[in-house]
Amino acid sequence: MAVPLTRRLPQTIAAVQSVAPRTPAQLAWRQLRKHRLAVIGGVILLILYSMALFADFISPYTLDTSDRAKFYHPPTIPRFIDASGRFHWRPFVYDTQLVDPGLRIFREDHTKIYPIRVFVRGEPYRLFWVIPTRIHLLGVDEPGRLFLMGTDGFGRDLFSRILYGSRVSLIIGILVVAVTLPIGMLYGGIAGYYGGRVDNVMMRIAEVIIAFPAFYLLLTLSAVLPTNVGCTTRFYLITLILSFIGWAGFSRLIRGFVLSLKEREYILAARAMGLDDLRIILRHILPNTSSLVIIVASLTIPGAILGESGLSFLGLGVREPCSSWGNLLTAGANLVNLSRSPWLLFPGVFIVIAVIAYNFLGDGLRDAFDPRLRTS
Amino acid sequence: MARHVLRRLIQMIPLLLGITILSFLIIQLSPGDFLAEIRLNPVVSQETVDQMRANFGLDRPLHVQYLRWLSNIIRGDFGYSFAFQVPVLWLIKSRLLNTLLLSVTSLVIAWLLAIPIGIHAATHQYSPTDNLLSFTAYVGISTPTFFSGLLLLYGAFRTGWLPIGGMTSLDYDLLPWYGKVLDIARHLVIPASVLAFLTVAGLMRQMRGNLLEVLRQDYVKTARAKGLAARVVIYKHAVRNAINPLITIFGLELGGLLGGAAILENVVSWPGLGQLILDSVVRKDLYVVMASLVIGGVTLVVGNLIADLLLAVSDPRIRYD
Repeated sequence: MAVPLTRRLPQTIAAVQSVAPRTPAQLAWRQLRKHRLAVIGGVILLILYSMALFADFISPYTLDTSDRAKFYHPPTIPRFIDASGRFHWRPFVYDTQLVDPGLRIFREDHTKIYPIRVFVRGEPYRLFWVIPTRIHLLGVDEPGRLFLMGTDGFGRDLFSRILYGSRVSLIIGILVVAVTLPIGMLYGGIAGYYGGRVDNVMMRIAEVIIAFPAFYLLLTLSAVLPTNVGCTTRFYLITLILSFIGWAGFSRLIRGFVLSLKEREYILAARAMGLDDLRIILRHILPNTSSLVIIVASLTIPGAILGESGLSFLGLGVREPCSSWGNLLTAGANLVNLSRSPWLLFPGVFIVIAVIAYNFLGDGLRDAFDPRLRTS
Repeated sequence: MARHVLRRLIQMIPLLLGITILSFLIIQLSPGDFLAEIRLNPVVSQETVDQMRANFGLDRPLHVQYLRWLSNIIRGDFGYSFAFQVPVLWLIKSRLLNTLLLSVTSLVIAWLLAIPIGIHAATHQYSPTDNLLSFTAYVGISTPTFFSGLLLLYGAFRTGWLPIGGMTSLDYDLLPWYGKVLDIARHLVIPASVLAFLTVAGLMRQMRGNLLEVLRQDYVKTARAKGLAARVVIYKHAVRNAINPLITIFGLELGGLLGGAAILENVVSWPGLGQLILDSVVRKDLYVVMASLVIGGVTLVVGNLIADLLLAVSDPRIRYD
């Protein structure tokens, strides 16, 4: 039943007055929580990042545990009903024997069941890189094997490797943003604030980087990197080249925004008060670009994830024995392998899920921070 | 218009110079020089290597080397591919054509599909079809081309409906001309649909957003208020204005398309520029890498110029005189 506006108005005014004014960030947060896809994206990302953090705990095996007898083993599906038709409350798996190495056919051994246990003792690792422990979330008794997503050509558990790989693939996006943002903001801020010839020269330089098809540049730069370095060094180098390609486009966006900001009264006031340019840029202009920065950051991360996985897929990024979603997918690039072992595509599914989640979140952030699109 | 084109071409010169300088510098950073591979070859004597160094000017200071290389590429000489034993230009020409064939085909498909899909999604905002289309678009922009390429190849391998990789069949040379066209078209299906999926997703989202924005404008309300048919309002008044911003992001698309094609070409063995660049990077065939970078950059710059000119043609508000 609709109450006439005239009767509702005094209450509305009272309600509005009793509520403390909200900061733009609070408004944006409220808006974001209403954005269903953004919430879904955020939840997926929370799950993925926790999986990366707890990778060694969740994974049944370590990064390089290999069972040479179980190469290209199909995923072991947890069962409830055994061969004789009996129902078990605890899911279990069967051990398998390789019967045809050529066609990679494994036959289940129905004589013994291996119940899936939680908090089992397995190979030692350090939780959070500090606490030494042997407890894994899931596992089965030896010689049974729990390969939830199958194994690769060396008999290494793909699920474990995907979990370890998520550390590389998920963190690289954040690192790239951490490097790109300050550089792009400062560069774009200076170019936009000074304008004129400074702007002209700085933007021409940035445009050179934008002028290349990004992946061509990425390919060439990754070839320049030394190959005889450890995984970690290589990882940071890849981060660097992804940032080298990313900062230019980002600084151009900031510059355009700053061009319009610097004509505002408060900047004129700051100048009239005699503040020096760097202080005006750092304290008064750049903080006001935060909404744009948040939006661009949330869309830069998936780009970096795709860049890393693309490079690693081609063998120019993170290399064996380390794993990243991209280089795990390389095993599937061989069609003969792939047709016999389609589970090698699982890492790609993780890439797609992570990138979709970021895109959901990014779009939600854009709607939340862009007052022009804000509807309520 | 002609004067505007000329002005834009002149403005491009510093950018093109920048592209060549950056390409040159990256290659200089790379370990080993142009002759590193040749030197490893036991058949080639030290004298030959020294002579080649002198011939290619590799014993000169860096800036002299750059200027020499620049003046050569302006004359159309991109150097020599040590891996393929042919002039680089000869190698790149066919590869660039293949990449353009792939990119342009998927671009045309993408535009033909994305505009009507975008219009449908915008005019049926929040309907089940809109939600489905928007979700599909999310999947499209989030799926790396190498993954969707692998999926389609897997499908082709299992069903045998389409060739798995390459650009031509083994018996290509024996086919009559229409057989050749058909053969390439069959090989084009997988890579072109992968790239088109990516591009359709991006374009459709853009088109939907633009059209929703335009439909909120006052002149659309006016057009509705004066009693024009919904179809006329949408197609004659709104859509034309919603398409213009798409033309400006053409350059962006082209960049994404060339980049996406670069990985995809390696997955489906399409003999394009992206595959050439990877091969040469791995083989340290540096003249080829340098030339591919330059050609890739120039293609993108020219693509952007074309987009600007198309915009001037399509949007009567823009006049360059």
